[in-house]
Amino acid sequence: SSQVVWDTLGNRQFCSYKITTKTQNFCRNEYNLTGLCNRSSCPLANSQYATVREEKGRCYLYMKTIERAAFPRRLWERVLLNKNYEKALEEIDENLIYWPRFIRHKCKQRFTKITQYLIRIRKLTLKRQRKLVPLRRKIERREKRREEKALVAAQLDNAIEKELLERLKQATYGDIYNFPIHAFDKALQQQDAESESESDAEKEEDEEDMDQREFVEADDSDLSDFEDMDKLETSSEEEQEEEEEVEKKASHSKSKGKTPLKGPARRKRPYIEIEYEEETEPTSKTKAA
Amino acid sequence: AGDGSGPVGSAAEDGGPAAPQRVLFPPTFSVSEIKNKQRRHFMFLRWKQQQRKGGGGPARRPLPEGRRLGPAAPPKAIPKTIENQRVYDETTVDPNDEEVAFDEATDEFAPYFNRQTVPKILITTSDRPRGRTVRFCEQLSTVIPNSHVYYRRGLALKRIIPQCIARDFTDLIVINEDRKIPNGLVLSHLPDGPTAHFRMSSVRLRKEIKRKGKEPTEHVPEVILNNFTTRLGHSIGRMFASLFPHDPQFIGRQVATFHNQRDYIFFRFHRYIFKSEKKVGIQELGPRFTLKLRSLQKGTFDSKFGEYEWIHKRREMDTSRRKFHL
Repeated sequence: SSQVVWDTLGNRQFCSYKITTKTQNFCRNEYNLTGLCNRSSCPLANSQYATVREEKGRCYLYMKTIERAAFPRRLWERVLLNKNYEKALEEIDENLIYWPRFIRHKCKQRFTKITQYLIRIRKLTLKRQRKLVPLRRKIERREKRREEKALVAAQLDNAIEKELLERLKQATYGDIYNFPIHAFDKALQQQDAESESESDAEKEEDEEDMDQREFVEADDSDLSDFEDMDKLETSSEEEQEEEEEVEKKASHSKSKGKTPLKGPARRKRPYIEIEYEEETEPTSKTKAA
Repeated sequence: AGDGSGPVGSAAEDGGPAAPQRVLFPPTFSVSEIKNKQRRHFMFLRWKQQQRKGGGGPARRPLPEGRRLGPAAPPKAIPKTIENQRVYDETTVDPNDEEVAFDEATDEFAPYFNRQTVPKILITTSDRPRGRTVRFCEQLSTVIPNSHVYYRRGLALKRIIPQCIARDFTDLIVINEDRKIPNGLVLSHLPDGPTAHFRMSSVRLRKEIKRKGKEPTEHVPEVILNNFTTRLGHSIGRMFASLFPHDPQFIGRQVATFHNQRDYIFFRFHRYIFKSEKKVGIQELGPRFTLKLRSLQKGTFDSKFGEYEWIHKRREMDTSRRKFHL
């Protein structure tokens, strides 16, 4: 009757344990010895069959004989195998004496493989284990959304710029940067309140210089060339060149960073333009004429 | 009928499409509702002319109150934001709090803030890091001065920590990786300092940042810590600050920012330049990432027996949308 079983289930009709792939047929039956769907490895189609299975780290030998074919509850006989590898092999041999060679051989092979993977499991548990934490989709989505909104609300660039400007105001950078107008104003206010000191005297001189703007420009410009100074004093040239020179000087002064000049220089520029316009226009006209 | 007759009557008086006077159409009137094509066409032309003149037709959207009423307008209302409505946290640090100041003078970061120790940082990853993580570690080490990247080949953290302490490292950063992207950060202050575990998200490497500048130089950057208000936030902020050497080199003009907003810490690395005294330009170099604190542990990294100062418990802490912990 095992032949009948094989003819129907194995080859022709449907077997629920059978899995077909392109190259091979597999058997999903838990008592299968090799895992393939063959005439000799099908536990349904062989009335005398044996397997090795492991449970919780211990290996058992399962056997099925024809005599018990009518009693499904007692069909599979279970024998606990020894923990020692060689002794367990001997036990398999003992129990499966006079059984077909194929089944004996395959049982021992399967037992070997099982012991090997059990050893590996025990080794791995001693090392560091990676704990897999499942992500919750809803929570991940929520976090992502909140992060985006927080990013928008943060306005990072503005915040950083504000912080940097604050630090500049509080002079954490010392003397590296020279943006004097603000500091100049503050200093002026301080002078008015306080008594005279050397710095005050210097600044008062600057203030006086500011009143006499025309002359001061030439005197104070230590930075610029003497040629420029001569040109300015004579003031016999066109407006634009003078304005350019003034601008150049102002920019020179900025780049070299002499603090007392910049404030007055900036305020002077519009004044300078006006004065030179008035002065040179008649002269240029006369020249042209 | 009432709407239609008025203008139509005036049209009859005018005698055809003459020059239209200023007729105010009632606001419910619409030219397209007239069924008669000729009349409709005529009304439409008239409407068009009035529009061109700049008047008539239904009233356009009125100017906002501020411009309409001028000084008589009601005062501008302050909009409610999540930051405004934030549930007041009792552990918020008051700048003048003595207790906090005392605590900070005696906690694990005191030697750093007293300039007794120079930070030396070890950056490493979890096992078998992929390309992205490796590159991120490299960039992070350029951003943080005096930092070294070592690869972990299956070594247990508990065993490398005593070795690090022996070699004078002050901080340990472990970047955890999942599916080829970095997603977690463990920051541990070494001579038995606190360990903070963050979840890291939206990591952008240097090449993914648009309009980035050149590479970060070797200068020590400045540090900006924004919005760390509560006690917990304060300690985390100090932890970040202790990563960088105490004296920034202003010549380098680089700044590293840790900005806390709604419990998300955004890290950016910029180069700044002062264009004038009221304007500063910043250019982003360097990687960027966001962190969210998951747990703060008192000692060094020990997941089983460590003493946790703070763990994020979702069911208890995420109940209110206006409550933040950092």
